[in-house]
Amino acid sequence: MRVPLSWLKEFVDITLPVEELAERLTRAGLECEGIERIGIEGADLPWDPEKIVIGSILEVRRHPNADRLVLADVDYGAGAPHTVVTGAPNLFPYKDKGRLPQPLKGVFAREGAELYDGHAEGWVKMRLKGRLVRGIMSDAMLCSEKELGLSEDHEGILILPDDAPVGMPLRDYLGDMVLKFDVLPNMARCLSILGVAREIAALTGAPLRMPEMTVVEDGPPIEGRVRVTIEEPDLCPRFTATLIEGVTVGPSPLWMQRRLIMAGMRPINNIVDISNYVMLELGGPNHMFDADRVADQHLIIRLARPGERLVTLDNKEHNLDASLGGGMLPLLVCDPQGPLSLAGVMGGASSEVSATTTRVLLEVAVWDPTIIRRMSSALRARSEASKRFERGVDYELPPLVQRRALSLLQRIAGGRVAKGMIDNYPRPWKPVTLDLTPREVRRIIGISLSAAEIADLLRPLGFACDLIDNGAAVRVTAPSSRRDITMLADLCEEVARMYGYDRIPLTLMADALPEQRNNPSLELELRVRDLLAGAGLDEAITYSLTSMAAVAAVNPADADASLYLRLANPLTPEREYLRRSLLPTLLEALAQNLRERERVLLFEIGRVYLKRAPGSDDPRPEEPRRLALALAGRRYERSWHTPDETVMDFFDLKGIVETLLARLNVSGVQFIPLTDDPRFHPGRAARLERDGRVLGVIGELHPEVCERLEIAVPRAMAAELDLELIGALVEPVRYRAISRYPATTQDLSLVAAITVPADRVAATIRKYAGALLESLTLFDVYEGEQVGAGKRSLTYRLVFRAPDRTLNDAEIAKIRQKIVRGLEYDLGATIRG
Amino acid sequence: MSLIDQLNQLEQEALAALERAADLTALAEWKSAYLGKQGALSRLSRGLGALPAEERPAAGARFNAVRATLEQALERAEAQLKRIARQHAFEADQVDVTLPGRAPAIGRLHPTTQMLRTIYSVLGEMGFQVWESPEVETDEFNFQLLNMPPDHPARDMWDTFYIDTAPGEPTLLLRTHTSPGQIYAMRANAPNPVRAILPGKCYRYEQVTARHEMQFFQVEGIAIGEQISFADLKGTLVAFAERLYGKGVKTRFRPSYFPFTEPSVEFDIECFLCGGAGCRVCKHSGWLEILGAGMIHPTVLRNGGYDPEKVSGFAFGMGPERMAMLRYGIDDIRWFFSGDERFLQQF
Repeated sequence: MRVPLSWLKEFVDITLPVEELAERLTRAGLECEGIERIGIEGADLPWDPEKIVIGSILEVRRHPNADRLVLADVDYGAGAPHTVVTGAPNLFPYKDKGRLPQPLKGVFAREGAELYDGHAEGWVKMRLKGRLVRGIMSDAMLCSEKELGLSEDHEGILILPDDAPVGMPLRDYLGDMVLKFDVLPNMARCLSILGVAREIAALTGAPLRMPEMTVVEDGPPIEGRVRVTIEEPDLCPRFTATLIEGVTVGPSPLWMQRRLIMAGMRPINNIVDISNYVMLELGGPNHMFDADRVADQHLIIRLARPGERLVTLDNKEHNLDASLGGGMLPLLVCDPQGPLSLAGVMGGASSEVSATTTRVLLEVAVWDPTIIRRMSSALRARSEASKRFERGVDYELPPLVQRRALSLLQRIAGGRVAKGMIDNYPRPWKPVTLDLTPREVRRIIGISLSAAEIADLLRPLGFACDLIDNGAAVRVTAPSSRRDITMLADLCEEVARMYGYDRIPLTLMADALPEQRNNPSLELELRVRDLLAGAGLDEAITYSLTSMAAVAAVNPADADASLYLRLANPLTPEREYLRRSLLPTLLEALAQNLRERERVLLFEIGRVYLKRAPGSDDPRPEEPRRLALALAGRRYERSWHTPDETVMDFFDLKGIVETLLARLNVSGVQFIPLTDDPRFHPGRAARLERDGRVLGVIGELHPEVCERLEIAVPRAMAAELDLELIGALVEPVRYRAISRYPATTQDLSLVAAITVPADRVAATIRKYAGALLESLTLFDVYEGEQVGAGKRSLTYRLVFRAPDRTLNDAEIAKIRQKIVRGLEYDLGATIRG
Repeated sequence: MSLIDQLNQLEQEALAALERAADLTALAEWKSAYLGKQGALSRLSRGLGALPAEERPAAGARFNAVRATLEQALERAEAQLKRIARQHAFEADQVDVTLPGRAPAIGRLHPTTQMLRTIYSVLGEMGFQVWESPEVETDEFNFQLLNMPPDHPARDMWDTFYIDTAPGEPTLLLRTHTSPGQIYAMRANAPNPVRAILPGKCYRYEQVTARHEMQFFQVEGIAIGEQISFADLKGTLVAFAERLYGKGVKTRFRPSYFPFTEPSVEFDIECFLCGGAGCRVCKHSGWLEILGAGMIHPTVLRNGGYDPEKVSGFAFGMGPERMAMLRYGIDDIRWFFSGDERFLQQF
């Protein structure tokens, strides 16, 4: 809401500096987002009071050397008139007419004045300099609106009203400030000058003034000439109508146009401008019909009927069906022949006020917020009127709006006002009355006030307050302008607001600490993040939304849209589906980073969104957390001390995953070869399983995936794990007693078929070694001629230790013998040494 | 020459020879020449027995003194040579200490994660515990139970992504705030008191710009009990702000509006970039909006299973990305979800 200061001052005296006022209002809940200055100190273009003044154009003469220029003699209140060379087309009709009987008023700028360049695109400042124009000295100007920064208009010079005082600095005449407020839904009452003024009056104690409302009802009575029928009283609780006849349509006065522009509206003509002006001023939207275009002067408020259509003011034709009411039939103002307007939202073209209108039928009504909201949403046209109706307009306001509008119409557009007002008020306002106790204020706000003090805080806002029960409570009745007040909490807020939020003390909760609980799910996340960062991976957070194209780039088989939750209103096609895997978005990030650097390691913890089986009780999807890892590029950063050029491969990622599982104390996870997943290299991928349950996948990306993602490095690795499953497998850490006795180390080199997986070899060794084996490390793998085709050699270091004694050679030899035989028997392995 | 004279001569000669020994080999030779079993000193010692008994003690004492002198001299010479040898070794082993070190590859946590952890820890000390709730929500939980029935004008404050659902199925949407989590936390605890924080991803149907993202994190906090007032809300928020932004940070409370709180408040801190003088980041107001809060609306308390006449509570919500942007001076929110290492590796 844009509030011109000059307008506000008509309603309430403002003695505070404007910045201070803005801060007071902000702290009272009406946030001032900024102060715009026009022409005055601090404006983008301050009008120099010495050089930009009101001038009187006495005579317009022909230019001796140019047909498209004229010479204007301007009296600007300082001695002899000054001659101005101008090409303003709106002065040409006065050319060669001699001294004007009624001089024109304009804005006179002298040499040295700073103005906007009227011919430039946008707002370019320039300083007025004297120069010869076709042989005549030009060192002053008559200004256009654009040159003054008042509007984009540069078609001619700005003509001021006849009573504009000659010689007065323009700054004093048109300079103003606009306070810009962010009006939240509960402050709908402040969508008007009156509403803002009322808040200021309540806060500062200054009295509130109402504007001029004198109407001379000099026409025949309206009764019997205009009829109003409300068929939908629940949707139209009140409808008033008045009639003014013999108006003259024309431009509205400059002061009104200026205020409308400053408030953010465009002037149209005096009738429409008055309608908008009164809406902005009092907060009551209204509609002006050309009464001659309303059949029988009978207005009928009803729902649309099948097949009806309406052309609105913006010349769009609408089918008046339920699609226009968000599922409800649209509410209309009609005459007996058909629809005239969409109630409270937009007028129709057929009954619009035009240049030839002489009789105006003025509608001021209160509409149900829901139907208005649905219609304006469906139309995608939030008008100034619908914005106010949606938030709720004061039921008691319409007669005031009628009087003010008629008063302005009569003054500005002339005409006779029909006696009386049609007031159809089927659902009268029911005032809300609540009993507020000091105890309740203390309970909710935490301040101790007496009932009398509470009443004193509320009264300036227009609340009627009576002390009841010997001062134990205040009976509060909300004014009709406060439709937002429905319960005690609302009143507590008003008390707190008027008391001042900043004056309320700071206390710390005195109640007992609620029962505390463990959160293993969060603890797991914290731990996984720490471990992976410790392992050298950076944490990414990517978008939960993706596209089928991005999914297909990783795995065409996954791009089955029917499995995914899809947005009904996506912003872009790239973010249309809720992900079922973290890999598409994380691998996009991997690919992106690889364009910039030689080594990338990323992880992400996030949710995926899985549709539930049809018929499930919960309509929401499942949202299990996943962990994804992606890495590629050099194993070591390029450096002077580690001239290792190797790139990471499957085992770099596997090592990270194994370490993670080990540090989480998740044991028994098997890596099963994964040969048929289109995302991965068939020989370099594995499924992680524990007790037959799949925990995730890990592997080098399939070269086709890399091609589609434009990953150019030789190998890129990715894994995706189910964090919920892993979390369930975490076992508590148990301390094992540390033996005081020395360890015995044995190396064991064996040859087995390549088809025997290493984890089977290790398991076999463990099986036969028994409890004395403290650790087992594979430290050499060899394939080649020496061991024969189809075979490989594996060399392990075994460390044995007993908790209670030093192991002797005989014991060790016996265990070794058992292992060797076991390997031979179970795996057909032979021992090399 | 008397034995004593011979000892004196030997001593002088040996010390002179030691002076000339330039390395450990020469020292070893010197040692065997003078102090060895077959060395000069041993040879002289054999003359002791031939001395008359009254001369023997003096000669013996002298003999021991010379041995001690020579042994000490040898020790000193050895130490000196070792020092020199080590000195040479050091010189050969010298490095340019300005060469870069071998950095352990330690990864980094996302700035949002770091901000969330700070929030968890500060609020955790005040007894607030983390609760999580779904991101894909029903209209009921995202709006209706939070006091926004259908067609409520406040719904305009949240532009919403809707899920494409079949006709007849319940409306699903991406939660526009973590506030639906309030209901879960309340229902799990009512009628007992609760203090919870609800972190998580939220979504808004908003054009993505440097200041607005379609996806962002939010942390909501609630405290419900029998004695909780607006003054407690203020105290809690100021304590929180002082932990995050320093003791004595200037704060401002101004009335605001959220459908699920009444009274509602916006909590600002003095802009720490300009010290309140006004700058681009604080839009020349001198204040930074840090969070929105209020006393939980009676309808919401009731929907959560509480009796609003018996208990009261407050709620507050904040944006960790915005807080991280202010803390680190980040000027574009889009980096947060870019997965770009140039961004991630700065925190």
